[in-house]
Amino acid sequence: MAKDQEMVKVYILGEGFDVPASSTIITAMEYAGFQLTTGVGCREGFCGACATLYREKGDYKLQAGLACQTVVSDGMYIAQIPFVPAEKPIYDITKLTPDINSFKTLYPTVFRCVSCNTCTKACPQDIEVMDYVQALIKGDIAKAADLSFDCIRCGLCALRCPAEIVQYNAGILARRLTGRYLLKKSPDLELRVKEIAEGKYDKDIEKLMKTNKEKIKKLYYEREVKLG
Amino acid sequence: MYPEYMQESIRNVEKTRPARLKLAKSGKQLFPRMSAQERDVVLNKFHPDYKPEARREIRIGPNKGERITTKVAELLETFSRINPADFDLDHPDYETDVLVIGAGSAGFSASILAAENGANVILVTKLRIGDSNSMMAQGGIQAAVRPDDSPVLHYLDVIGGGHFDNKPELAKALVCDAPDAIKWLQDLGVMFDRNPDGTMKTKSGGGTCRPRMHSARDYTGAAICRTLRDEVQNRPDKIKILEHQPAVELIKDSNGRVAGAVLYHLENKEYFTIKAKATILSTGGFGRLHIQGFETTNHYGATADGLVMGYRAGANLLYMDSVQYHPTGAVYPLQIVGFLCTEKLRGMGAQPVNKNGELFVYPLEPRDIEASAFIRECTERGNGIKTPAGNLGIWLDTPLIEQINGAGAIKQNLPAMLRQFGRFDVDITKEPMLVYPTLHYQNGGLEINDHCETKLPGLYVAGEASGGVHGRNRLMGNSQLDLIVFGRRAGRYAAEYAKGAKLGKLNLDHVYEYEKEVEKLGIDRKKISPMVLPDYIPEAVKKRQYTTHYEGTLR
Repeated sequence: MAKDQEMVKVYILGEGFDVPASSTIITAMEYAGFQLTTGVGCREGFCGACATLYREKGDYKLQAGLACQTVVSDGMYIAQIPFVPAEKPIYDITKLTPDINSFKTLYPTVFRCVSCNTCTKACPQDIEVMDYVQALIKGDIAKAADLSFDCIRCGLCALRCPAEIVQYNAGILARRLTGRYLLKKSPDLELRVKEIAEGKYDKDIEKLMKTNKEKIKKLYYEREVKLG
Repeated sequence: MYPEYMQESIRNVEKTRPARLKLAKSGKQLFPRMSAQERDVVLNKFHPDYKPEARREIRIGPNKGERITTKVAELLETFSRINPADFDLDHPDYETDVLVIGAGSAGFSASILAAENGANVILVTKLRIGDSNSMMAQGGIQAAVRPDDSPVLHYLDVIGGGHFDNKPELAKALVCDAPDAIKWLQDLGVMFDRNPDGTMKTKSGGGTCRPRMHSARDYTGAAICRTLRDEVQNRPDKIKILEHQPAVELIKDSNGRVAGAVLYHLENKEYFTIKAKATILSTGGFGRLHIQGFETTNHYGATADGLVMGYRAGANLLYMDSVQYHPTGAVYPLQIVGFLCTEKLRGMGAQPVNKNGELFVYPLEPRDIEASAFIRECTERGNGIKTPAGNLGIWLDTPLIEQINGAGAIKQNLPAMLRQFGRFDVDITKEPMLVYPTLHYQNGGLEINDHCETKLPGLYVAGEASGGVHGRNRLMGNSQLDLIVFGRRAGRYAAEYAKGAKLGKLNLDHVYEYEKEVEKLGIDRKKISPMVLPDYIPEAVKKRQYTTHYEGTLR
């Protein structure tokens, strides 16, 4: 309990506020009286809305993180980024090919990568961002999709990139091309969709829909359960 | 790292682990599943919905006289944010065929299908597009695809989980559209987990009789939501997107049809009007109401705005007496209290155990049963573990996942969970998680039929805001499915309806009429809704914020 009461001073828009030491950047701002309308989303590290740049006491470096996942420290300077105005090209996924050409056309900036690794250092998800950009340059779309899989689109990579690459948008294209064109199709799935379209299960389901509660209860509790 | 005083209990978990691992590997049932009677007992005594203060009568509107969740009743018995007289509805700021309110996966699916069916669409959202509960779903999406499974078995699971209260036509639509929903997502580019032969990897979830959970690691919701978002953004000729502009009231026409909405811009505080031939509510649920003081897994904007707007306009609610508490919310460390610990953890073999390291419940009961059993273990039986902040929890033994599925299984299949706890120095490959039920899902909502129509012409609902699909308890993986199935249906049917719809004169008369009823109850004028965003500013600070005092809502 004692630990929860411990306070630290953080600086918001340059002004010092005393907040509980266990606060994240988001809850620290709220404790200080800011009602957030942008730069905040799921508050659990899944949506990427709360990209933030902060600076710790005595340090010159600007650090990147998610405000809902970063615990404050004494003397920290914090600010919220409301929106990342990055480029997002328009395309029809059914007309693209899952290879390097799609990126040459839609994301030519990826080829400007200077391998500085700033994007990787900025990523709050610890994704090897530079490695997936390099995979795209080599035309290995599936590898880029795999490496970028955990991206939550906070945009910090693009904000910090000196080569003006929009990594996180290129990553979603790599994953969509992989999901649509490169992964094997499930034969079971195709078959089941066809069976349903042909009405194979309609009669049995309609029978259940008309079954009274007592009877259906019995069917439910007596059904065989197979785990997997 | 757990504090020193918890170490003894963790050693108990480690001591019993080899025997529990052996049991899991034997394929035998870990713990007896509850019978119908046992389920009734544990729900009645321990589920938060069954406390006397959980529900009260709603005194106005279409469900007048019905007992519903207390917090929802309070939210509905309030005034509007707006004065209808301020709006010139003869000159709306925007006009469109279909208006979609809410930009999670249901809103995205609806927008895409409406556009494909020829409609011009405006999609409006309170936060950025995609910042939604859809994005946060981890474990999976159900569909009966395996040869040993069928939509018939899926149907039985859905209604058994829902206590046989589901609307049959909605349960049928859910299970029969499921495989096609998966195929649609796959063709749009969602990378579902595959076996080497191309078949989908599927796992069991609570209350399923077959392994039916399709996943994309433990970012399933994110993988779906970000793919749909990208697709929506690729159609600027048909879909116009307005972000940071929540809808705060529906507009109707002189024939009683729903005909658009009033928007509020969160940054410049301006109001805008949209005239639409059809309107789809895909606004999600109510987690941020913190019902009964519970922490929630829900995103910042989950404030039930759609319920308020729809109810005020005259649409009725169904099963608004039922709240879902997810069995496994984090209770330690402090910074992640209430956060979701996906059911996939149990699907992959993690076992819930008490402070002595003993199993006390079948790990994959439907959510309301499982959650109630956790509460019983912590309260009546006194077998919970207390955190430094005073919360109780039970252990979810995650190191078993690695022992059952092989080293590296967590990193490969549950990277979000590993990362989430790792950020706060708990290594779930070596240490168990401490969990307790957390406010997760709105089981009921605005009643729809299998065309997603409400009783108001021109108003459609899809996703968590709707009621009837899941009865009084939703199963894991059926929410992601609901978003896609009913999102697509809403988009398709709304676009068809819009083709023949001719609107009369627009008005906001229903707001006046509703407010008259609120006034009769003697309710404080300061109580307004929709809430739009919750308020977490400390009271001491708020006292000095002299001009921002509308109760329970944004200024």
